[in-house]
Amino acid sequence: MVATKEAQQTVEEVSGEYKYGFVTEIETEKAPKGLNEDVIRFISAKKKEPEWLLAWRLKAYAKWLTMEEPTWAMVDYPKIDFQDIYYYAAPKSAEDGPKSLEDVDPELLRTYEKLGISLKEQEVLSGVAVDIVFDSVSVATTFRKKLKEAGIIFCSISEAAHDYPEMMKKYLGSVVPVADNYYSALNSAVFTDGTFVYIPKGVRCPMELSTYFRINEANTGQFERTIIIADEGSYVSYLEGCTAPQRDENQLHAAVVELVTHDDAEIKYSTVQNWYPGDKDGKGGIYNFVTKRGACRGKNSKISWTQVETGSAITWKYPSCLLIGDNSVGEFYSVAITNNYQQADTGTKMIHIGKNTSSTIISKGISAGKSQATYRGLVKVLPGAENARNFTQCDSLLIGDLCGAHTVPYIEIKNPTAQVEHEATTSKISDEQLFYCLQRGLEVEDAVALIVNGFCKDVMQNLPMEFAVEAQKLLGISLEGSVG
Amino acid sequence: MLEIKNLHVSVGGKEILKGVNLTMKSGEVHAIMGPNGAGKSTLSYAICGKDGYEITEGTVTYNGKDLLDMEPDQRAGEGLFLGFQYPVEIPGVSNMNFLRSALNSQRRYRGGKDMPAVEFLKLVRAKAKELDMDAEMLKRPVNVGFSGGEKKRNEMVQMAVLNPSLAVLDETDSGLDIDALKVVSDGINRLRSPENSILMITHYQRLLDYVVPDFVHIMADGKIVRTGDKTLAIDLEEKGYVGLGITENAA
Repeated sequence: MVATKEAQQTVEEVSGEYKYGFVTEIETEKAPKGLNEDVIRFISAKKKEPEWLLAWRLKAYAKWLTMEEPTWAMVDYPKIDFQDIYYYAAPKSAEDGPKSLEDVDPELLRTYEKLGISLKEQEVLSGVAVDIVFDSVSVATTFRKKLKEAGIIFCSISEAAHDYPEMMKKYLGSVVPVADNYYSALNSAVFTDGTFVYIPKGVRCPMELSTYFRINEANTGQFERTIIIADEGSYVSYLEGCTAPQRDENQLHAAVVELVTHDDAEIKYSTVQNWYPGDKDGKGGIYNFVTKRGACRGKNSKISWTQVETGSAITWKYPSCLLIGDNSVGEFYSVAITNNYQQADTGTKMIHIGKNTSSTIISKGISAGKSQATYRGLVKVLPGAENARNFTQCDSLLIGDLCGAHTVPYIEIKNPTAQVEHEATTSKISDEQLFYCLQRGLEVEDAVALIVNGFCKDVMQNLPMEFAVEAQKLLGISLEGSVG
Repeated sequence: MLEIKNLHVSVGGKEILKGVNLTMKSGEVHAIMGPNGAGKSTLSYAICGKDGYEITEGTVTYNGKDLLDMEPDQRAGEGLFLGFQYPVEIPGVSNMNFLRSALNSQRRYRGGKDMPAVEFLKLVRAKAKELDMDAEMLKRPVNVGFSGGEKKRNEMVQMAVLNPSLAVLDETDSGLDIDALKVVSDGINRLRSPENSILMITHYQRLLDYVVPDFVHIMADGKIVRTGDKTLAIDLEEKGYVGLGITENAA
């Protein structure tokens, strides 16, 4: 939380007392349970959306009704009743939330402590009604001023619909079409909030943009929509999620993320996902069904996905790159940890369309307990993609003998000049390795964390500094109780 | 002081140690020799608490504390170090990081605080230099791609940094050329002090030319069958186990 502490300090310094923001816009109402056109109209009205966006939502809804849930992923869960979900819920009111940290699950607090999160932040994260000025929204707002000076737009998707309708019309659904898949259609119909980022030509974003600051929205946002556009020659590094676990009563989390890079632009998108994974017996937890895709539209542009996935009961997620511009580059670095009864089916798609495009995929899967982890990836080289190159490395690490790791690589090559490499390994943490560490004085859990961090090093080193340390700790915490 | 009394150990249901008795005082260097399968490595693993080594009878105490009641990391905290016959590779974890985690973990066990990073860096570099290890090796992942000799040298650097009060060296000299052997014996001699005790398990008398032990024990069929000073090892070198009346299967 280094970044956050700094941010809070900055806000305190800059604003002293800060009451501006869209805090007041937050509703305390809930839409009725279930999904129909009225609920969508209700959401759109609450957001005071323009007519075209409502029409867009309704069209998506109509499409969704004709679609079926995908079943090809290697995950197993009871059928979701889509009429049993709240599609618009305001954050917990002060009366509903815990009154003080004493009312909060001690297990949760122990985790916060291990992550080195300050008491104040712990209160915010666990939903204690806190009387603090710098809540997440106003922090974001403060930063936006600074960003605005550079011409950068960093706002909620609802605001973007009001303030930047032309850009929204141009980019919304342009990378992930409404009907791309079942969950993208659902998201398009009901998305409640999210983030919109635009980096103008030639601007290098002066700070890492993070959704951490938008924490109170995260409580509602089970259907987030994120759009990031990097115009010619620009650069941005975006951090998604909060490394602290958020207990969330909502079961389904279906977000859509769309990235666009123009000529010579670069987006680095990092995720640390630590949603509630369910308990030791596999009860509860988030279903994380997310569609993330980036389009390298310009030449020499680059999109890089880095993800550390330790949470969620079920993860279904394939951050992808469309390499359209000549010489464009796509990267995917992933660590996925599953423990207890967690299931993860995750990977990437690299679609080579332009000439001299290249992609790198490094995937590290760690399975413990009775969990199942699958890497599923597609490397596709279209006929026009002269001299495309891909390197893929998929490593799986097993802890214990009740878990599973699977690798499902798809490779489709339509151009003979393509060079594609695929390496895969599966290994176990050996008793010998563990004993060696213990003999040197390391406790079991520290030893496992050390070995796992070593295994993930190639990916971890791609995380921004702010995330790296926490992500390392997180690996250890996620694997607690997996050995011995 | 290490006291082993009537130690019986089974591995996979098969009794390997059949009543080992051994007492080592502070500052003493002991060597254990013996034919293959005598139970020498089993003894070292049992002392350090490796899984799968079942103690069926007997006691092991160190400075009055019951070691058998402790986890391997707690035993390390008490000052035990095992020099491995086959040091293990840990990909992606640098030697430096590994050693620092281990050292700090031991310090915390003893109620101390983590060593400041700068102090640690100085310590490790100094120890590596003493043992003629290239500083670059400290940045490399633990034992990954190391030659046999480099691995053993690495064990010695780890030992020097952790500074154990009881080092058990399981055939640390096996498979080494003469230069590497000198490095290893140099490492052992540097550790040697009135406070530290060392138990060397070896097949060969040649290590004892470099590290002169106070006592030499010969193990056969799960027991210590003969104890003497350095001359016992020389005797053994000349006459062999059979010449000393020791067969592989019986005492």
